[in-house]
Amino acid sequence: MASWPILSFATFLPLVGVALILLFCRGNTPDVLRNVRYISLWTTLVTFVLTLLVWANFDPRNPGYQMVEKAGWIPEFGINYHMGVDGISVLFVVLAGFLMPLCILASWESVQVRLKEYMIAFLALETLMIGMFCALDFVLFYMFFEGVLIPMFLIIGIWGGPRRVYAAFKFFLYTLLGSVLMLLAILAMYYVAGTTDIPTITATQFPRNMQLWLWLAFFASFAVKVPMWPVHTWLPDAHVEAPTAGSVILAGVLLKMGGYGFLRFNIPILPEATEYFAPLIYTLSVVAVIYTSLVALAQEDMKKLIAYSSVAHMGFVTIGMFALNQQGIEGSVFQMLSHGVVSGALFLCVGVVYDRLHTREIARYGGLVKNMPKYAVVFLFMTMASVGLPGTAGFVGEFLVLMGVFRDNTWVAALAATGMVLGAAYALWLYRRVVYGKLTKPDVKAMFDMTPREIAVFVPLIAVVLWMGIYPSSFLNVTSASVEQLIQTYQTKLAASHAASGVSVAAR
Amino acid sequence: MTAVFPDIWPALPEIFLALSGVALLMLGVFRGDGFTRPVSYLSIVCMLLAAILAMGYGSGRVVTFNGMFVMDAFGVFMKVLVLVSAAFAVILGLGFNEREQMARFEFPVLMIFATLGMLMMISANDFISLYVGLETQSLALYVIAAFRRDSAKSSEAGLKYFVLGSLSSGMLLYGASLVYGFAGTTSFDKVAALFAGGAHVSPGLVIGLVFVMAGLAFKVSAAPFHMWTPDVYEGAPTPVTAFFAAAPKVAAIALLTRVVMEPFGHLAAQWHQVLVATAILSMVIGSFVAIMQTNIKRLMAYSSIGHVGYALVGLTTGTQDGVRGVLIYMALYIAMNIGAFAVILSMKAKGQMLEEIKDFSGLSKTNPMLAATMAIFMFSMAGIPPMAGFFGKLYVFLAAVAAQEYTLAVVGVLTSVVGAFYYLRIIKIMYFDEPAVVVDKVDDDGMTGVLVLTSLFTLLFFVAPAPILNGAAAAAAALFAG
Repeated sequence: MASWPILSFATFLPLVGVALILLFCRGNTPDVLRNVRYISLWTTLVTFVLTLLVWANFDPRNPGYQMVEKAGWIPEFGINYHMGVDGISVLFVVLAGFLMPLCILASWESVQVRLKEYMIAFLALETLMIGMFCALDFVLFYMFFEGVLIPMFLIIGIWGGPRRVYAAFKFFLYTLLGSVLMLLAILAMYYVAGTTDIPTITATQFPRNMQLWLWLAFFASFAVKVPMWPVHTWLPDAHVEAPTAGSVILAGVLLKMGGYGFLRFNIPILPEATEYFAPLIYTLSVVAVIYTSLVALAQEDMKKLIAYSSVAHMGFVTIGMFALNQQGIEGSVFQMLSHGVVSGALFLCVGVVYDRLHTREIARYGGLVKNMPKYAVVFLFMTMASVGLPGTAGFVGEFLVLMGVFRDNTWVAALAATGMVLGAAYALWLYRRVVYGKLTKPDVKAMFDMTPREIAVFVPLIAVVLWMGIYPSSFLNVTSASVEQLIQTYQTKLAASHAASGVSVAAR
Repeated sequence: MTAVFPDIWPALPEIFLALSGVALLMLGVFRGDGFTRPVSYLSIVCMLLAAILAMGYGSGRVVTFNGMFVMDAFGVFMKVLVLVSAAFAVILGLGFNEREQMARFEFPVLMIFATLGMLMMISANDFISLYVGLETQSLALYVIAAFRRDSAKSSEAGLKYFVLGSLSSGMLLYGASLVYGFAGTTSFDKVAALFAGGAHVSPGLVIGLVFVMAGLAFKVSAAPFHMWTPDVYEGAPTPVTAFFAAAPKVAAIALLTRVVMEPFGHLAAQWHQVLVATAILSMVIGSFVAIMQTNIKRLMAYSSIGHVGYALVGLTTGTQDGVRGVLIYMALYIAMNIGAFAVILSMKAKGQMLEEIKDFSGLSKTNPMLAATMAIFMFSMAGIPPMAGFFGKLYVFLAAVAAQEYTLAVVGVLTSVVGAFYYLRIIKIMYFDEPAVVVDKVDDDGMTGVLVLTSLFTLLFFVAPAPILNGAAAAAAALFAG
């Protein structure tokens, strides 16, 4: 297929944009700032095209890694530059590529101070995100995974709201605390396997006792990232304080890193521990789904409400994953993709009104349907997608997850399903308070409807949400072969270890 | 026994450096203080030449001067590190000394003699040569700590360093004499041979070992012997602090490594727990106490205590992987440390040095390049990839995990999160806060060069890490081959 290193191009192209901005955009005149905006937009658009090429080149029947690139990096230490995508990761690469130009467009006018640094941070973030989903070497993966913290810390801290410093620190330290434990686990696996190559380590069988500890260490990192209850508290703060585009990327892509990590590492590498800890994941996720949905009902701040809804939706993702069957895992991958698009879109919806009134307090709005009809339609559509209306992306993911988990554990399925009802409650109530009601407040009356640029941001989002809802096969086909292989790896390794322990019991 | 003229080739860098130090001293005496700049430039050249001589040594282990002096790949690696960091420190001092009216030709000359002592420490193969090297280094350092004679703070720093330094030298000497008393020899090789044969380890010898280690822990400023560090770092002139935080630390770590690995390599059970305690204490104190600091130099002092703790984690394992981790750690640490001090030395407003952390506020607006450079060093010290500091931590913790030192590894990564907090605080102050003072532009070419070199190294180390990693691996292997 592609003989040129397409994944590396997609990963490092945004850095070319950074270099262009640093080299050619001096000064702060309006012309220069316009150039900065256009360079960023074009870089992200070309990157998006590259990620689409990755998708086009991807052979969905092949469950293994494709477009693999391998080069010596620190060969003496068994560490290589190793990139590749399979059915689980390829769509996340496309997701990151898709959301980034929209983020740049959404920040077109709302960011006025230190624009250059802002765009550089976003472009660097894109490199790190795409690289993370492509990395097939643990050290490489960890570099991208952790490196994400640097631009995100700066984005929240410099362009964020009033409590931005607190939120930035909380975000950074929470995630770092989880990640360093994962680093130790990676080192322990490196020590046993003698390499950091992810496919090689996936084929390695680790002793059961070690698996339990390694699993917990990975869990510490990914649970914070997803985030799972009770380590989710950084998320509402980070979302509320981050600028709109920062929230979009945070909800759209960064949260998926946690889910991706579970799928890529915990399940295939540590199957015995996965089997052992699955009830823990179920419990935490069910609590997340129900509890955070209730918390979302009580929120006064639009972004906080959507942030809590993210925690609840990601609860579905983790439930589906640990059902460990085809529907559950495919559903959770799909749910991650749809949540990436839908919650990103919801944050953009908040951004539209925030740019006009500079408040996120729900009570300050009301009656927007009168003076912002276009906005009302878009917001309604995205709210419905978030609720999981059939025909939109949200429905497919949640349905598959519930089906998968129903086969594994009816109780969990029943409890998780209540989350869908609660989800409808808080989402519709938010919509009712913001868009319906009487248009009385004078400053709200003065708000104008969406501009063509804003519409240009939402059109692709709406199209994708409908596409995912009406014809999900084009996405599910990509994932199914790899998911099948993942489950097979899981079950083979599990059976092998059960057989081994059975033999040792018999021998005794 | 007829006296044979010793093989001087292994000691060529030391001999060269000693001769050039004397020559530069004469030059300075005859030409006076007006000749400080040429003497400084020449001293940099001499240090780099000595580094080239050291690199040209080749490989293999050679013992000379009647077993007093050893040269191997480990020595080459450490000597090059020390010489390069000393040369950088001289560059950092150039502009500062002239601005503060303390530009005297003795400064570079004393640095040369201190460096000479460090080279001897690295190559010491006997408790006597160890002590001679250590004192050569320390005496020169006492003087330059108090180099700003008319400043009470600098004099106090010099005196404090002298008093406590002598105390630690005394402890070390006492320990060495106990070792001599119970082992019957001061030679590292003979002590090693004694215990390789499984000789009985008497309590007196263990006490001696502990005293030696306490003395060395003082020199590397590991907790609980770290008390002097913040005061001396704060009081000494900043270029001197930059020097203290880099070269002597490398030399002392090299010495400690050689002492625990070579003569006492078979006594790992005895020194292991001492090092574990020291490493944990250093990491905890280095990270928690630093949070409270308001002076950037004191902050760097606590940060260096913490970093020594991480390096000691590698040493604690007593394995080749561990020593490799220590070497990688030190190599990357001095790069970012010198860089960070170059930033601190560039922080001045209207010609006045700024040393408070709050002076950094809004630096990203008034001087974006300087702020970006400092941010690179801070992220690197916090161990965030892709900066160089991450790789240092990676290999140290890898050794710890491989040696099943899980407690150390977990404490290490957790304190590194606490440490990240105060490094992030600097970034927060530079990037999130509003400017308080307008910082002058960097107008010193040497300083700019150091800033560019060290920041690029720290930022782009991940592109081609293999040379340094392999060099460290070879150096560590040399220590274990002997």
